[in-house]
Amino acid sequence: MSTQVTTGLQVRRSVQLTIDDQSVTVAEGETILSACRTMGKEIPTLCYGDTITPKNACRVCMVEVEGSRVLVPSCSRKVEPGMVVRTDTERTDHSRKLVLELLGSSVDLSLTKNVARWNTEYGSEPTRFGKPAAPTNHRDEATTGHHHVADGSSVSNVLQPVKIDNELYIRDYSKCIMCYQCVDACGEQWQNTFAIGVAGRGFDIRISTEFNVDLTDSACVYCGNCIQVCPTGALMFTSEHNMRDAGTWKEEEQTQTDTICPYCGVGCALTLHVQDNEIVKVSSPSDHSVTHGNLCIKGRFGFQHVQNRAE
Amino acid sequence: MDLKVNSSVATRDERDAVDSVLGKPTQYTQGGQRFEQDLRVSRAGEALRNLRHMLLPTLHAVNDRIGWISRGSINYIAQQLDIAPAEIYGVASFYALFSTTERTMRQVHVCIDLACRAMGGLREDQLPEGTHPSPCLGTCERAPAVLVIEAGNPARHEVLAPATPVQITALAKGAWPDAEATVVSATPQVATDSKNLVLLGRIGKVDPLSISDYQEHGGFDALRKAMQLGATGVIDEVNASGLVGRGGAAFQTGRKWGAVAGQPAFPHYAICNADESEPGTFKDRVIMEGDPFALVEAMIIASFATGCEQGFIYLRGEYPRAIRNVQNAIDESTKHGFLGANILGSGFNFALSIVRGAGAYICGEETAIFNSIEGYRGEPRNKPPFPVEVGVFGKPTLVNNVETLVNVLSIVKDGGAAYAALGTEGSKGRKLFCLSGAVAKPGVYEVEFGITLRQLIELGGGMRNGSTLQAILLGGAAGGFVGPSDLDLPLTMEATRAAGSSLGSGVVMVLDQSVDMVDQLRRIAAFFRDESCGQCVPCRVGTVRQEEIVSRLAKGVQAQDIELLRELGTVMRDASICGLGQTANSAIDSAINKLKVFAQ
Repeated sequence: MSTQVTTGLQVRRSVQLTIDDQSVTVAEGETILSACRTMGKEIPTLCYGDTITPKNACRVCMVEVEGSRVLVPSCSRKVEPGMVVRTDTERTDHSRKLVLELLGSSVDLSLTKNVARWNTEYGSEPTRFGKPAAPTNHRDEATTGHHHVADGSSVSNVLQPVKIDNELYIRDYSKCIMCYQCVDACGEQWQNTFAIGVAGRGFDIRISTEFNVDLTDSACVYCGNCIQVCPTGALMFTSEHNMRDAGTWKEEEQTQTDTICPYCGVGCALTLHVQDNEIVKVSSPSDHSVTHGNLCIKGRFGFQHVQNRAE
Repeated sequence: MDLKVNSSVATRDERDAVDSVLGKPTQYTQGGQRFEQDLRVSRAGEALRNLRHMLLPTLHAVNDRIGWISRGSINYIAQQLDIAPAEIYGVASFYALFSTTERTMRQVHVCIDLACRAMGGLREDQLPEGTHPSPCLGTCERAPAVLVIEAGNPARHEVLAPATPVQITALAKGAWPDAEATVVSATPQVATDSKNLVLLGRIGKVDPLSISDYQEHGGFDALRKAMQLGATGVIDEVNASGLVGRGGAAFQTGRKWGAVAGQPAFPHYAICNADESEPGTFKDRVIMEGDPFALVEAMIIASFATGCEQGFIYLRGEYPRAIRNVQNAIDESTKHGFLGANILGSGFNFALSIVRGAGAYICGEETAIFNSIEGYRGEPRNKPPFPVEVGVFGKPTLVNNVETLVNVLSIVKDGGAAYAALGTEGSKGRKLFCLSGAVAKPGVYEVEFGITLRQLIELGGGMRNGSTLQAILLGGAAGGFVGPSDLDLPLTMEATRAAGSSLGSGVVMVLDQSVDMVDQLRRIAAFFRDESCGQCVPCRVGTVRQEEIVSRLAKGVQAQDIELLRELGTVMRDASICGLGQTANSAIDSAINKLKVFAQ
């Protein structure tokens, strides 16, 4: 069943498994998701990001694995020899439909890629749970283990005002699906700053600094690596936020240019997003072998001088 | 990490509370005095990161002394342990017994859960000023129950049950409850049938605080026998007994032990899951309060058999008497050489300690317990890898429930075959049932597997005067309801499974005609919403939608809402990370399908 294949300098065994009746061979240590992608199959993902260890929290990528009582998160489950996987059964489709509905009815997914298409594909109707409750200002003050008993007249959600406490980026937690990626990027997986964590419990969980202090009072170093990994637009450059507010954000008119950060000798790759000959935001290619999409405050936000043209 | 703390400073009392667990800071960066050498060396990094598991006990120390956890104290803990304040805030805000906002020293937690509200307890909207609602306090045999906590040095914790509204109001105003009823009041069989009891055999007969009393009643005989049998010999007996876990999942104990024993990675850890929080469950509390040395002895045997040198009893924070009695049992056992180095001259070393829970049902999940012990938020981990391979601190870990462990004593003493001869083909041995609600003598009952629901209720003195049976909740909020027509159901794993229900943790909650079933379902839905850790979408949002729909159904039944609930139940069962989400719909589903609660 397993033969040895050589990939670069590493020797990895190959694993043969069956996905939707098709036999496929991938390297040991790959996930079911990556095996599916090798085969050209699309599995929806929301909380999955290619630079962060999967938290498998959103549960939209669930597949059936023979012998498993419950569905299995394809983003994090490693392939095993002889595994029999099904990606498009009644159960997987039902789970995806409901997960999309549960998120869609509680979070603003308007900037999350592919959601509209998946809603159609899986027949999701996020509005069928009822009338959305009004936005609240009090999500950061929730008492753990207690909530006001629901009367069923409206549907709870996480809609709340945008947090604007610094000039570089905003936090719009109405759009947060709790993928944990920003926390992992800020903390132990990339930046080691730990300015934000997950606070509270249950539906009241939220991304927060200690005691919900402003970022300016927190340990934040404004590297913006949290913005880089955010899949929903909850974390956003202030420049983008303002332009969207003003209705001048035109993604289809923007160009993306890769270059090298001019500041220090590390040589991080930058992707400049340019609209009307102005840099409107900076990202970094997540497949870059040195920095994996991570930058520091200078590379991420220090582009104003480029635009200070002589009058 | 470059630790950044803001200008809030801990008070002297807060520093004292932290220092009582961690010791005085030895250097400036940890919040101590500044010395010249601080300019050149700093103790941090690995050495401090290895102390992360001290975070939960430290938070307890502050919460106990001050009543809440302030910014200043979180900053000071951050310095002492080199953990970012945002992380500590995340952990502190995970637990219901902690508060990150200022509150009074006196906290009155009134149980509003299933058994208590069925027995005339207050509902969340009826609580007097100065009290707040609590999920099941595990004192269902004396429902309704209240837990009072008074912060201070030392903090005081006491349970009052049964509690009248007048008493509850008095507690909120500063009264202190009298000593609790004796443990034996929770085990009515002791008075009538004591010689046939094994698991409950010592309760009411021995002083739970006396090790000599324990030894005079057969204490530590099983340990001596285990040492003669050797580790493999013990596992063989447990395998032969057919014992399965009593916490709810019913996994074969012997197989688990064998798997941990065979792991090449070291060290191995043993954890006793004493975070009994399933509504209606109180058997583990009764054992720990009434026969705590038995649990300690069983933990030593389990660890001896599986090669663990360190063990933890993760004990729920709402059980003050159990914590006191088990701590005393650990201290006494250590003093008498049953814990520590070279136990009974065998060369086996074993250290055992209590980790006190802080109000989170989810921490009874076997992987959430690891995160909680390690000082992280008590969120379940993904499986695989399974605990026997990668458990607490990333090492092979044995996790067993209190009742499961205590069963091992008689298995070792009398042999696995004798144990296997008890019970039925599919459910071997003895079982504790938590009988509560409208019966004459509620309490913990020890029976051989195989008796029917009717027989168990008869054992409990039958229905209370004036009560007619309406429904029975089996297995707790994560279990399912059965009706009066199911009284002849044998209480075995196989029979309850075939009937589409579950024994779970042994809850048998008898509800009479006075109980509002819709109110019970609303409470179950609210319970799961409160107790979901929030990590995965099907459970985090699903439990909220479930509560909203049940509330809507309570006002008027719509066919599409019933269908919506069914769809929700399916995604929660199929796609949630852990057992909490997977079972959060089961009791409600059974009430709709079996009891026709929302029939049009």
